[in-house]
Amino acid sequence: MSFPYESSRRLDKAIERVMVGILRVGGWASVLVTFGIVITLVTESWPFFKAVPVGRLFTDRMWTPLFLEPQYGIGALLAGTLVTTGVALCVAIPLGTLLAIYLSEFAEPRFREVVKPMLELLSAVPTVVYGYFALLTLTPLLQKIYPDLPQFSMLSAGLIMGIMIIPYVTSLGEDSMRSVPMLLREGAFALGDGKLGVALRVVFPGAFSGLASAYVLAISRAVGETMIVAIAAGLQPRFTLNPLESAATVTAFIVQVSLGDLPHGSIGYQSIFAAGAVLFLMTLGFNLAGHILRRRFHRAC
Amino acid sequence: MPASQNLRKQEARASRRRSIDRWFGRIGFLVTLGTLGVLAILLLNLAASGLTRIDWQFLLSFPSRRPAEAGILSAWVGTILLMMVTASVAVPLGVAAGIYLEEYAPKNKWTDFVEINISNLAGVPSILYGLMALGLFVYQFRFGQSILAGGLALACLVLPIVIVATREALRTIPASIREAAFALGATRWQAVWHHLLPYSTGGIATGVILAMSRAIGESAPLITIGALTFIAFLPPAPILAHAPFISFDWLFSPFTALPIQMFNWVSRPGEEFQSNAAAAGLFLMLITLSMNGAAILLRRHAQRNIKW
Repeated sequence: MSFPYESSRRLDKAIERVMVGILRVGGWASVLVTFGIVITLVTESWPFFKAVPVGRLFTDRMWTPLFLEPQYGIGALLAGTLVTTGVALCVAIPLGTLLAIYLSEFAEPRFREVVKPMLELLSAVPTVVYGYFALLTLTPLLQKIYPDLPQFSMLSAGLIMGIMIIPYVTSLGEDSMRSVPMLLREGAFALGDGKLGVALRVVFPGAFSGLASAYVLAISRAVGETMIVAIAAGLQPRFTLNPLESAATVTAFIVQVSLGDLPHGSIGYQSIFAAGAVLFLMTLGFNLAGHILRRRFHRAC
Repeated sequence: MPASQNLRKQEARASRRRSIDRWFGRIGFLVTLGTLGVLAILLLNLAASGLTRIDWQFLLSFPSRRPAEAGILSAWVGTILLMMVTASVAVPLGVAAGIYLEEYAPKNKWTDFVEINISNLAGVPSILYGLMALGLFVYQFRFGQSILAGGLALACLVLPIVIVATREALRTIPASIREAAFALGATRWQAVWHHLLPYSTGGIATGVILAMSRAIGESAPLITIGALTFIAFLPPAPILAHAPFISFDWLFSPFTALPIQMFNWVSRPGEEFQSNAAAAGLFLMLITLSMNGAAILLRRHAQRNIKW
């Protein structure tokens, strides 16, 4: 005697095997994308790094790989990235942390539920719109305060970039502060501390690895941000740490070269992959640090 | 020191703490409003200089050297076609990856690696996806500077968003649902198909909408593959009047898209081009904000309806 559903059972098992195969392909896709990025960056920038002595990357003062007498001081691009990111962090870390403390410890739950998704809209705004805003609204405004500010400035781009990354700090920071156990707060309240005291002396240290991962991810975002700096900070590489000047970042350089005609295999083509490789290494470092910090935080809870 | 004096000191300290707390509450509230105010200013600003430009002529004209005659026809058509490519690649792959990682993958070093990889991928700057697309899709695979290459670049970019959303939606479903299905003899796929996927549709749809809204506003990867060109024509139509009725020629057509068109206008001198940019920006903002709004509502709806 055979079990009545045996044949349909066999079919189910066959479907199961096929589906596992298909789903596994999806699982592979994300790894393939990473390999695609790494392999492209390495192979396309290889000729560049082979032609340019590595020492010149650090000793040259200018970044002009497309000139007749090229200079390869990548420091000129890194300075732009450093300054714009620094300005952005000066906005995003204090404001983002303050908002996280306020939303997690002070605000009414209903207010928080409404405000949090609205704050997240700030990071959903297309970056080209932010660029427009920085160049055509904020810069003229800043020029009224400081008349010598050039049309393109790292200050203006950095400030707007700071607004853009506030939600990264606030959202992750607030999550980690709220997951600090209530018991710790109650203990501090029982000892007579006020709300702000508890927030700063108990919740903030307790959530610090979560907050730190939020900061690190915000840095990574600012380093990789492209359109705001390409529109508002200028496209000329310049070795300066003065935010009131204009200078190109690593990302803005890639945009500037991409805007021109770019034959495959030309030095311009290779140079943007070299800049991309540097950018990838920087953000990879920040992303991994952020990942480790966040994991440590989850384990502590 | 007499006890009453001590008590008075304590009381003074407590009332100082209370007033500090009150002040911090006020400051926090003001900063919240101020930050949200930036969003409002942004919108008003775009509306002030762009609203007058929006009419049928603007929607139905190609870009032009004369700012008053220019429009966004090729831009919005390009954006729609790009999104078709992006969605049809990123959604199936992302959902499949999410299901695999959450329901099937064994807990081992490889899965750990894939997980770290996805979290890193979500933080890779968008312009690097553009460089990958330039080297791989445009030159290696010879797709050219086409809708296909652009759409694939954006699909890679939003893939992690779809994966993470799918995993989070599946994770909220209690294990008892799976166990009940297995107890009735369901295979793992049957449990996924008949139970887990229907219950997580809301969460997955939220993630897909957010992913698409991100892709619509993204311009850096498209500029990198060389899409910033003067496009005053439409890609070939996907539907033909004669057999075989469907054509895929549009996949290989050059294109422009809304954010690129806006970037083009922003970087030109002259107030008239800038008001064109504002008008295009207004469209972009309306699209992304309404998609994000829809995602928020959907998430809330999904959370409210299901109580495990």
